[in-house]
Amino acid sequence: MTSKVGSKRLVVGAHYGLRDWLAQRVTAIVLGVYLLLLGAWALFSGPLGYEGWAGAFAPTWMKVATLLALFALFFHAWIGVRDLWMDYVKPTGVRLALEVLTILWLVGCAIWSVQILWRV
Amino acid sequence: MSTPTASTKKPRPEFRNIHITQILGYRLPMAGIVSILHRVSGVLLFLALPLLLWMFELSLTSELSYERLRGFAGSILVKLVLVVLAWALLHHLVAGIRFLVLDLHVGVDKQASASSARAVLGVSVLLAAAVALKIFGVF
Repeated sequence: MTSKVGSKRLVVGAHYGLRDWLAQRVTAIVLGVYLLLLGAWALFSGPLGYEGWAGAFAPTWMKVATLLALFALFFHAWIGVRDLWMDYVKPTGVRLALEVLTILWLVGCAIWSVQILWRV
Repeated sequence: MSTPTASTKKPRPEFRNIHITQILGYRLPMAGIVSILHRVSGVLLFLALPLLLWMFELSLTSELSYERLRGFAGSILVKLVLVVLAWALLHHLVAGIRFLVLDLHVGVDKQASASSARAVLGVSVLLAAAVALKIFGVF
């Protein structure tokens, strides 16, 4: 009882990568919208100086929005870098080690981001 | 020699698995160039993450660290790095928008895909040039 999806391919495995494919796009949109809004704001509000720039990140909603954008970035980076390891690094042990290091690195960056934002 | 006259031209190169030494001789279509630059720019941005987070931290922590960042970003070398990263971000963003549109099955035929790829390359370079002028204080 092989379950086929489509006429040619036998689809196996957990979601056949659909979840990551979708996550890559959703995180891209979240980060893209955030960057475009922030860029437009910075462009039209003229020279900010420290007060204007840091002041923008003072309200809690801005910290939360920025952190969400950064989490989207780290998740996006994880999928992209994991694709690189899958494409170019064939020995399973080396690939696993690189994947673990990538995850640790990105989670570390996420923790650092919290600290940066909540210090303002 | 029994070479037929039709094949007196140099035979078209054939690539199966592209070896790293063949990359320069492999003529990618426009869409392929956009695609590989999307990957390259993504890698650049990933590698620059600590630098960018550190700069973000300096910009927010205090007036003093803000001034330190201004001093750091004053050097030509840092400015050049920032211009390259700005291009990487802009290319990644613009090419990413193109990929999302392609996902919606818009502009997937050969001609449309080639011209949108050319547009992506042009727009991201132009925007990066504008950022470069800004960073180097032309306006």
